[in-house]
Amino acid sequence: MQQKMKKVKVTIQERGEPKEIEIEVPDDGQVGWGDVTQMKHIGQHIPRLDGVAKVTGKAKYTYDINLPGLLYGKILRSAHPRARVVKIDASKAMARPGVKAVLLPDDVKGLFNKECRYAGQEVAAVAATSPDIAEDALALIDVQYEKLPFVVDVDDAMKPDAAQVYGDRKNVSDPRVREQGDVAAGFATADVVVEATYRCQVQTHVALETHGTVARWDGDKLTVWASTQGVFSVRDELAKYFNLPATQVRVITEYMGGGFGAKFGARPEGIIAALLAKKAGAPVKLMLSRKEEHLTTGNRPSSIQQVKIGAKKDGTLVAYQRSNYGTGGVAGGAGIPAGPYIYAVPNFRVEQRDVSTNAGAQAAQRAPGHPQASFGMESVMDELAEKLGIDPLELRKKNDPNKTRQKEYDIAAQKIGWERRNKTPGAGSGTKKRGMGIGSCTWGGGGSGTKAQVTINNDGSVEVKCGTQDIGTGTKTIIAIITAEEFGLSPQDIQVRIGDTDFPPSGGSGGSTTAASVSPAIKSTTMLAKQKLFEVVAPKLGAQPADLVARDGKVFVKSDPSKSVAWKQATAQLADGPITIQGEWVAGYSDTGVAGTQFVEVEVDTETGHVQMLKVVAVHDCGLVIDRLTAESQVNGGVLMGVGYALYEDRILDSPTGHMVNANLEDYKVVGAMEVPEIEAIFYDEPHRGVIGLGEPPVIPTAGAIANAIYNACGARVRELPITPDKVLTALAQTQRKEG
Amino acid sequence: MQSFAYVNATSVDKVASLLGRTWDEAQVIAGGTDLVGELKEHLISPKRVVNLKTIPGLSYIRQDAVALRIGALTTIADIESNPIVQKQFAALSQAAMVIASPQIRNVGTIGGNICQRPRCWYYRSEDFPCLKKGGDRCYAVAGINRYHAIFGGGPSYIVHPSDSAPALMALNGRVKIMTSTGPKEVGMDDFFTLPETSVRRENILKPNEIITEIILPNPTPNAKSLYLKVRERQSIDFALVSVAAMLTVVNGVCQEARIVLGGVAPIPWRTPDAETFLRGKKISEAVANSAAEAALEGAKPMRDNAYKVTIAKALVRRAVMALG
Ligand SMILES: Cc1cc2nc3c(=O)[nH]c(=O)nc-3n(C[C@H](O)[C@H](O)[C@H](O)COP(=O)(O)OP(=O)(O)OC[C@H]3O[C@@H](n4cnc5c(N)ncnc54)[C@H](O)[C@@H]3O)c2cc1C
Ligand code: SF4
Repeated sequence: MQQKMKKVKVTIQERGEPKEIEIEVPDDGQVGWGDVTQMKHIGQHIPRLDGVAKVTGKAKYTYDINLPGLLYGKILRSAHPRARVVKIDASKAMARPGVKAVLLPDDVKGLFNKECRYAGQEVAAVAATSPDIAEDALALIDVQYEKLPFVVDVDDAMKPDAAQVYGDRKNVSDPRVREQGDVAAGFATADVVVEATYRCQVQTHVALETHGTVARWDGDKLTVWASTQGVFSVRDELAKYFNLPATQVRVITEYMGGGFGAKFGARPEGIIAALLAKKAGAPVKLMLSRKEEHLTTGNRPSSIQQVKIGAKKDGTLVAYQRSNYGTGGVAGGAGIPAGPYIYAVPNFRVEQRDVSTNAGAQAAQRAPGHPQASFGMESVMDELAEKLGIDPLELRKKNDPNKTRQKEYDIAAQKIGWERRNKTPGAGSGTKKRGMGIGSCTWGGGGSGTKAQVTINNDGSVEVKCGTQDIGTGTKTIIAIITAEEFGLSPQDIQVRIGDTDFPPSGGSGGSTTAASVSPAIKSTTMLAKQKLFEVVAPKLGAQPADLVARDGKVFVKSDPSKSVAWKQATAQLADGPITIQGEWVAGYSDTGVAGTQFVEVEVDTETGHVQMLKVVAVHDCGLVIDRLTAESQVNGGVLMGVGYALYEDRILDSPTGHMVNANLEDYKVVGAMEVPEIEAIFYDEPHRGVIGLGEPPVIPTAGAIANAIYNACGARVRELPITPDKVLTALAQTQRKEG
Repeated sequence: MQSFAYVNATSVDKVASLLGRTWDEAQVIAGGTDLVGELKEHLISPKRVVNLKTIPGLSYIRQDAVALRIGALTTIADIESNPIVQKQFAALSQAAMVIASPQIRNVGTIGGNICQRPRCWYYRSEDFPCLKKGGDRCYAVAGINRYHAIFGGGPSYIVHPSDSAPALMALNGRVKIMTSTGPKEVGMDDFFTLPETSVRRENILKPNEIITEIILPNPTPNAKSLYLKVRERQSIDFALVSVAAMLTVVNGVCQEARIVLGGVAPIPWRTPDAETFLRGKKISEAVANSAAEAALEGAKPMRDNAYKVTIAKALVRRAVMALG
C-alpha cells in the first residue's frame, strides 16, 4: 500500500546554524509509527527513568532549590470572606529584624486586593531571612477591615436577597442553553421518565507539591524555578508583568509534584515572589502552605444537576433535559459538557448557570466538567435501567454510539464478571453487601506545537532537549523510549533534558496533550537525526541511507545484516562533529478523541454505611501506548482521584463565618493506601491512531460507577457526592421506609 | 509557631517544678504528634515546652500478679505489638491497631494519646476563636457538626478523639498522676471531664501534673474484650463512632459488662443502662439489640450527626454478640 505523504518544514542545526528544510512525513490518518509488533521499547512496561531519583530525594523540586542569600516569602491573606481593607500598617513588620521586603496593596498594581472577596485572598506579602520570621512579620502587619456581607453556600447565593459577591451584578449568571430536536415532543413519546437531582461537591486539586516559586534577579534578567505545568506560560506572564523581553526571563522546572490543572502561568504567588526578590535585592522562595493551597489555588466547581430523562420501553432514549448550576467561587466556569454525556439522545435541552460565591476561584481540574457530567448521567441511566427493568449494561450498549466503548463494555464486563452481580439491588442477607456499577467517559487529548532538539555526539551519547515539563506523567521517560526506539539504543542511554525555557518550546501540560504533542516532535526530530547519521555511515557500508537500520546498538544494512557497524563506531565517523537537529511536531503521529469505561465492585456495610472499594476494571483507549507502565500509572492515579471524589473529598465552607473548616489533609480526606481497590487497567490498543493522551480520562467515570455499585449492593441511591457513611445510612433509611 | 524555650525533663519528681501554674506558661511534649500541630496552628503558645522523652524508665509494659502497668511514654506501636496486651487486653491492642497511621503510632505515646486535644475542626483552625480557645461561642452549634457529640455536649460539643481511652475505660483502667505534692491514682472513669465543668480542658490534669503510668487490672477468667471502630477512611481517620467493651460471660449468661462508646461525647462515654441491662441476661440477638437501644437512650444528635446513633447501635450490638 502506498502511504500518503506530505511535506513539512522543520528547522535543523547545521554547523551551529539553524536551517529550514522540508521533509516528507506520513499524512494525517496514516500514522508513521510503523509496525508496533517489531518495537523493542514502545508499548513495553518501562519503569520511569527518574523514579529512583524521585524516591531517594535526589530529584530536586522547586521546594528543594536553595540559593545563597535566599529569603522566604509569605503572603498575608484576607481574614474575612468579604471585606474592604481600610487601613494597613506594616511599620512593625518592617522593623522586625530579618524582614527584608514588604509589599502592600498600594505598592503594586493589580495584585493585591483591598476589596477582598474570599477568605484567603492576597492582601500583602513579606520576605524575610527565615520562614518563621516571615510568618511573624505577617502577624505584625496591622490590617483594619471593613467587614461586608458575604455568601459561601451555592444555594444561599441564588436567593434573591443574597449578599452580592460582585456588587454590580447578580450572583447567578444568565443561563447558557443548548438544544437539539424537540424535548417536549420527545418526552411525549417516552414510556418511562426518570427525574432526579444530583449534587457534586467542590474538590480541590491537592497536588503533593504545593504551588510555589523561587525567583532570582541578575540585573535585568529573571530566573525562576516554578512548580508549574507550563514553563513557557510562566515565562510569558512574568515577561509581560515586568515588561521584559522573553529572552530575559528563564523558567526552570526539572521536577514538579503534580498540578492537575491548577498550575499554569506565573500566578499571583509567582509574581509576588519575583516582586519581593526585586525589592529585597535577593532571591526569594515562596511556597504555599497546604491551607493556602485549599483556599486559593483553584478547585473543581460544584455541580447541581436537575435531570429528566425519557426512554421507550425497549430502552431507546428519546429525550433528556438538564439544568445545571454550580459555583467556581469568585470565578465562573462551573459548566459541564453541554449535552447528554456520551449517550445519543435525539431531543435534549441543557441549561447551565454559574453562581458566584465568596470562595476561592475554580481552576481547570483533571477533565474539567467531565466527572460531574459523568456522575449525573451514569446515575440517571442506572435509575432508568431499574425503572425499565433492563440490565444497566444493556441500556448503555443500546444508547452509546461510540464503537470503541461498545468493545470496551464487553472487555470490562468479562473481566469483572458482570454476570456475578446482584440481580436485585440490595438483595441478600447479612450486613455486608456487594454490588457492581458502570461509569464511562469521553475525552479529546491530541497535541501540537512542540519543538525538540536532538544531539548525537561523536562518542555515541545522545541528548534530547525539549521545553516541555514532566508533571508526573512520565514525559521524560517516553522521550527516552521514542528516541531509543529510533536509534536502536536503550532508554537509559538517552539523556533527556526538559523543563527549561532555554530549550525548544513546547506547550503547557494540560488537556491530556503532552504525550501527543511531545511524541511526534521527538519522533520526527530523531528520524531526521538518524537520517543524517545514515548519510555518513551508508557509503562506508556500501549501501544507500535508505537501506540502513538502527537496532540493538548497531547500524546495519537491512538486506544484509552482516554489513554492520556498532552505534558508537557509526557516530565516531561524524567528521563534521555532533549531529544537532531541531525538529517539531508533525501531523501523522497523533490523534484526538478517546473513550473509556470503568466497572467497579464495592462492599457496603448496611449498618455503618461504610463503603469498601473492592475492584475497578478500567478499560481505556489512548491510541498508541508508548510506555505501558506509566500509562497504567495514569489509570491508577485517575481512578484513585475518582475514588476520593466519590467517597471522601469535600471542600467544606462554614456558612456563618465563610471560612473553610477542613483546609488541611486530615479533614479534607484524600485516599490512603487502605482505600485503594484492586485496579485492573486495560488498554484498548489502537496503535494505528498514534499517540492520543490519557492524563484526564481515567478520573471521569469512577464516581458514577461507584454510586451505581453502591446502589446495586444495598439498594440505596445516593445522589450526592461524596458518598460518606451518613449519606449511605440516610439513603438506606429512606429505602426501608418506602418498602416498609 | 511562636518561639518557646525547650526544656528536657530528667526525672518524674522534678517535672512539676519545670511546669507552670498556667497552660500558657508551660506544656509537656512526649511524641509531639499532637502538640506540634497545636503549636503550628497557634492554638497554644506556651513559653516553655517540657520534654518528657528524656525521663528514663517511662516506657514499659509490665505485668504482675494484679495488674498490667504501662509507662506513659510507651509508644502506641509497642502496645499494639505486645503479646500480653494482645492476649489478655484485646480491647487495648485492637484500639492501638486502629490509631492514626503506622508512622504516628511509632512516635505517639499512650500518655499523649489520652491527653491529646480535640479534633473539632473549629478548634483546630485558628480562624475560629471558639469557647475552647477562650472565645465567646461554639461554632459547631450553628455550623457543620457532623463529627460532633451526641451525648454530653454543651457548651462545647467536641468528641474525645482518643481510641485508647475508651478501651482503657472498658478495661477498668486507672492512671497514675504525678502532682506537685506526689503521685496519685485515679480511675479512668474519673479522669475525663465534661465541658460543663471545664470547657477549655478535657480532663482533671493541672498544668503542673503529668501522667506517669496506666494500670489495668488483670482480667478475670471469663472476661473478654474488644474494640470496634467505624471511620470514613481506613488508612487514617478518627472514629465516627467506636465501642470498647469487656464482658464476662459464663455459660452464655453475662455476669459483668463494661461498654464504652468513643466518638460520641466529649469524654469516652460509659453506657450504664446497657451494662445494667446485660447483667444476668443470656446473650442473644434480641438482648444485644436491647442493649444497643439502652446504650443510645438519651442521645441528643445535632443537625448533622444523627447517623452516629445508627452506627453506635450497630457497634454495641456487634460487640455484645462477638463477646457473648
Ligand atoms: C493525623 C493524625 C491522625 C490521628 N489519628 C488518631 C486516631 O485515629 N486515634 C487516636 O486515638 N489518635 C489519633 N491521633 C492522635 C495521636 O494518636 C496522638 O497524637 C498521639 O497518640 C499523642 O501522643 P504523643 O506522644 O505524640 O503526644 P504529644 O503530642 O507529645 O502530646 C499530646 C498532648 O498530651 C500532653 N501529654 C503528653 N504526654 C503527657 C503525659 N504523660 N502527661 C500529661 N500530658 C501529656 C501534651 O502536653 C499534649 O497536650 C492522630 C494524630 C494525627 C496527627
Ligand atoms: S465543639 Fe468545642 S472545640 Fe468545637 S467549636 Fe465548639 S467549643 Fe470549640
